[in-house]
Amino acid sequence: MRKSRNYLIVGNSVAAIAAIEAIREVDKTVPITVISQEPYRAYSRSLVSHFLEGKVTIEKVFYRKKDFYQRNKVQTILGKRVIAIKPKEKKIVLEDRKRIPYTKLLLTCGSKPILPSVKGIEKKDVFTFTTWDEVKRLAKTIKKAKSAVVIGGGMIGLKAAEGLKSLGLKVTIVEQAFQILPAILDKDGSKIIHRHLKEKGIRLIINDTVLEIRGKGKKVERVILGKSGEVDCDLVVVAIGVTPNLDLVKGTALKAKRGVLVDRFMQTSVKEVYAAGDVVEAYDFLYGRKRPIPVWPLAFQQGRVAGSNMAGKRMEYRGGLILNSIEVFGLPIITAGLSAEEKGYEILTKSDPKKKVYKKIVLRKGQIIGAILVGDIDRAGIIVGLIKDRLDVTNFKDEILEENFGYIYVPKEFRAKMVLPLEVR
Amino acid sequence: MKKIYVKEEYCMGCRLCEIHCLVAHSKSKKIIKAYKEEFPRVLPRLIVEEKGPISFALQCRHCEEAPCIEACLTGAMGRDKKSGAVTCDEDRCVGCWMCIMVCPFGVILRDEREKKVATKCDLCPDEDIPVCVAKCPNEALVYEEE
Ligand SMILES: Cc1cc2nc3c(=O)[nH]c(=O)nc-3n(C[C@H](O)[C@H](O)[C@H](O)COP(=O)(O)OP(=O)(O)OC[C@H]3O[C@@H](n4cnc5c(N)ncnc54)[C@H](O)[C@@H]3O)c2cc1C
Repeated sequence: MRKSRNYLIVGNSVAAIAAIEAIREVDKTVPITVISQEPYRAYSRSLVSHFLEGKVTIEKVFYRKKDFYQRNKVQTILGKRVIAIKPKEKKIVLEDRKRIPYTKLLLTCGSKPILPSVKGIEKKDVFTFTTWDEVKRLAKTIKKAKSAVVIGGGMIGLKAAEGLKSLGLKVTIVEQAFQILPAILDKDGSKIIHRHLKEKGIRLIINDTVLEIRGKGKKVERVILGKSGEVDCDLVVVAIGVTPNLDLVKGTALKAKRGVLVDRFMQTSVKEVYAAGDVVEAYDFLYGRKRPIPVWPLAFQQGRVAGSNMAGKRMEYRGGLILNSIEVFGLPIITAGLSAEEKGYEILTKSDPKKKVYKKIVLRKGQIIGAILVGDIDRAGIIVGLIKDRLDVTNFKDEILEENFGYIYVPKEFRAKMVLPLEVR
Repeated sequence: MKKIYVKEEYCMGCRLCEIHCLVAHSKSKKIIKAYKEEFPRVLPRLIVEEKGPISFALQCRHCEEAPCIEACLTGAMGRDKKSGAVTCDEDRCVGCWMCIMVCPFGVILRDEREKKVATKCDLCPDEDIPVCVAKCPNEALVYEEE
C-alpha cells in the first residue's frame, strides 16, 4: 500500500508559488497545503509601495490569478500563524494549537524587518514597510500626517520615501552611512542619487542615526538624531534592513546561521524539510559562500528548485548573486553582484553626471563580478549574464559600458552558443 | 516549439525586420500611418546589432527556464501555455525593469510612452510566421523547430 503523502508549505509568497508550480509540473496529485499568517492570496510584496501611491489597483497587487490555488489543487490556510514546527514528529502547530502532519515540509517564511532598539520604537505611528497590512495601516495614518521620517536609505527606505512624498508629505531620510544604498552603490553613483532626491524635494541626512522617537503618549512628534538635532514628523517608517525570519527554526534540529542552511537541493539539515527564499542562507557564487540574499528572483529560483526536488525531480540550485533594480523618482538603477567593492579589483566607470548617468563594472581576474548602472539600464541583463557565465571579458571590456554595447562585441564562439544556435549545429 | 533563429552571415543590416516589427505592433498596422501618425511610435520588439560588416537581429529567445519570468515582480511575465512563448501582460507590468536586469540577451525594452511597461517579442501570435522572419529579404532570420 502506498503511504499517504502530503506536502506542507509555510509561507505563501514568491518562493511558495514557484515551489507549487514546480511540484505540479512533476506531480499532479500529491496534496499540497499552504499556510500563511497573512490573510491574502500571494501578492507581489514590492508592489505595496505602488499600492500606497494608488498606482495599482488591489487586483493587480496579487501575484497570480484568483483561481491559482484551485487550478493547482492547493489547500490554503490563510490568516493563521504557524507557531512551531516539529520535525521529529513531522508536524506543524498552528496558533489555534491545531497540529498538521506532513510528509514533506517547505519553509518559505521570508524575512522580517530589523527594528533598531531606540526609545519610542513601539509607538503606534512607527511603521515598517514590508507587509501589505502594515502599508494599509500606514495609508490610513498618512491622511492625517504632514511629514515623515524614514530611517534607512536602502531600497525599501527609498521606496517608502517616494511613496510618502508622492502623497504630499514632507519626507526626511536618515541614513547612518555616508550615502544611500550603501550595500550596493558606490560613492560616485550615490552622489547622483543624492542630487536627484534633493531635486525631488526629499531631505536626506547621511552619517547620522535616530536615537529616539518622541511624542506625547502614543503619538510621534519628532525624532532625535545623534548629530543633527531633531526632525519634526508625524510618523516614522523604519527600513534599516531585513533578516531571515528564524522564529520557527530556533530550538529545532534545523541548522541555521543568519539564515536556514540549505544544500544545493534546498534541503535543510533535516531530511524531508526544505527551505527557500529570504529565510535561507544559500550559496552566493561570487562570494564563494552561503549568505542570505533577500531578493525576489532568487526566492523564485530557490522555491522552484525546492519544489522540484520535493516532487522527486532532481534540480540543483546553481547559486545566486545579489541583484537589484529600482527606480527612484523615475531614475532607474540596476546593480548586480559585488557592485560596491573597489579595493583590489579593476574598476571601469563611465559617467555623465549632468544626464544622471553612471556606469561601473568591477572586474576580478578578467571576469565581471559587479556592476552598477544608473540612468542608462538598457540591456543590463547582458552584463548580468556575463557575470553568471563568468566569461573572461578582457578583450572587449572597454566596450561594455558603451551605449551600443551588445553581443556583437562578444567573441563569436560565445555569441554563437548564446544567440545563434543554428550556426553551431 | 518553433523559435526565431538568426544566420549572421546572411544579415545585411537592412533593418527591414525592425520596420516591419514596428508596423506589426502599431495600432493601424499600416506602415505610413505607423510612422507618420502614431506618435509616440511603438517600439520595434527586436534589436539589430551592427559593427562594421557584421550585423544580426536579436529578439526574445523564449527561454525554457526564463529568467524574466523568475524575476518578474508582478506576475506580468508569463508563458503562453499553447504556443510556449514568453509574453508580457503589459496591463499588469509596472515597469520595475527586473526583467531587463536578468534577460541575458538584452531583448526586453522599456516602453515609456504612457505607463512604463516592458515590451518584447511576442512571436506575432496572429501570424503564421513572425513578420521579422517573413519580411527578411535574405533569409537571415528563420523560424524553425529547436
Ligand atoms: C517594499 C519592498 C520592496 C521590494 N522590492 C524588491 C525588488 O524590487 N526586487 C527584489 O528582488 N526584491 C524586492 N523585495 C524583496 C522581496 O520582496 C523578497 O525577497 C521576497 O518577497 C521573498 O519572498 P519569500 O517567498 O522568501 O518570502 P516573503 O515574501 O517574505 O513571504 C513570507 C511568507 O511567509 C509567511 N509567514 C512567515 N512566518 C509565518 C508563520 N510563522 N506562520 C505562517 N506564515 C508565516 C508570510 O505571511 C508570507 O506569506 C522587496 C521587499 C519589500 C518589502
